[in-house]
Amino acid sequence: MNWSSWSEFFSMGGYGLYVWGSYAVVFLCIVAEVLLISNRRRTLEKQYGHIHDLNK
Amino acid sequence: MAINWFKYSSPASFYTLAGKMIPIFVIAAVIFLVAGLYIGFFVAPTDFQQGEAYRIIFIHVPAAWMSMFLYVVMAFWAAIGLAFNTRLSSMFATAIAPTGAMFTFLALWTGALWGKPMWGTWWVWDARLTSELILFFLYIGFMSLQAAIDDPRRADKAGAIIAIVGVVNIPIIYFSVQWWNTLHQGASVSINQAPAMASTMLTGMLVMVLASWMYSIAVILKRVRVIILERESHSAWVTELQKKGAV
Repeated sequence: MNWSSWSEFFSMGGYGLYVWGSYAVVFLCIVAEVLLISNRRRTLEKQYGHIHDLNK
Repeated sequence: MAINWFKYSSPASFYTLAGKMIPIFVIAAVIFLVAGLYIGFFVAPTDFQQGEAYRIIFIHVPAAWMSMFLYVVMAFWAAIGLAFNTRLSSMFATAIAPTGAMFTFLALWTGALWGKPMWGTWWVWDARLTSELILFFLYIGFMSLQAAIDDPRRADKAGAIIAIVGVVNIPIIYFSVQWWNTLHQGASVSINQAPAMASTMLTGMLVMVLASWMYSIAVILKRVRVIILERESHSAWVTELQKKGAV
């Protein structure tokens, strides 16, 4: 185990801003990408009605 | 069991197959992500030179690898679509581009946040960073060109040309650290040398690479399904799907 406390974990040996700044933006990008695709599909379904899968 | 793979080159049957595959890749992505982050933050030791800042590697390297790899896959499908006039191949190229651009942006972003504490600068115009930035512009160029052309099949063909020409940038990015003097460190993993890091660090990084893979596949399949519907919305099989649902 590398960390003896949560505050040690968050400070990342003084590099917290850089480490968490990286991970936070990765997380935001993933959330945004998934939401954008769902939105694109919803726009289609508004136009054409709900679309079911075959054999489902 | 014999599977007729050619059946799935038709958008209609691929649409259904992709729908079944997505949950598998989502689950795999989550498992690898949790495992990779656990190894990266709790198992892998502190780096003796870079302290905790090196932990950015667990997303930086996967993002950079995916940015290059997705570009090659995108160009491959674009070329197949151009050569054989197969609709689904071109749709795949179009579906890959935003995810590739996202990983390129993330490689640049995490690189800047890693460069600042280690090199003392967010950005430097050296070969590795500049060629990765060019990769980002190639993705953006591909997407904006396709968006600018109304006829999807013409957009596919024009995009394919950019995608294919841009492939020349990939070896430049990859070998830039050998060909030019650069601030960027050499390859983290190479075939003919022992990895330049502790084995748990390497394991964490490779598990995160697998997570990025699974995520990319899931999200690209999700996007390609939307693109199939958008482009084939007037065809008989989509109408059939709508009838099955409560329209």
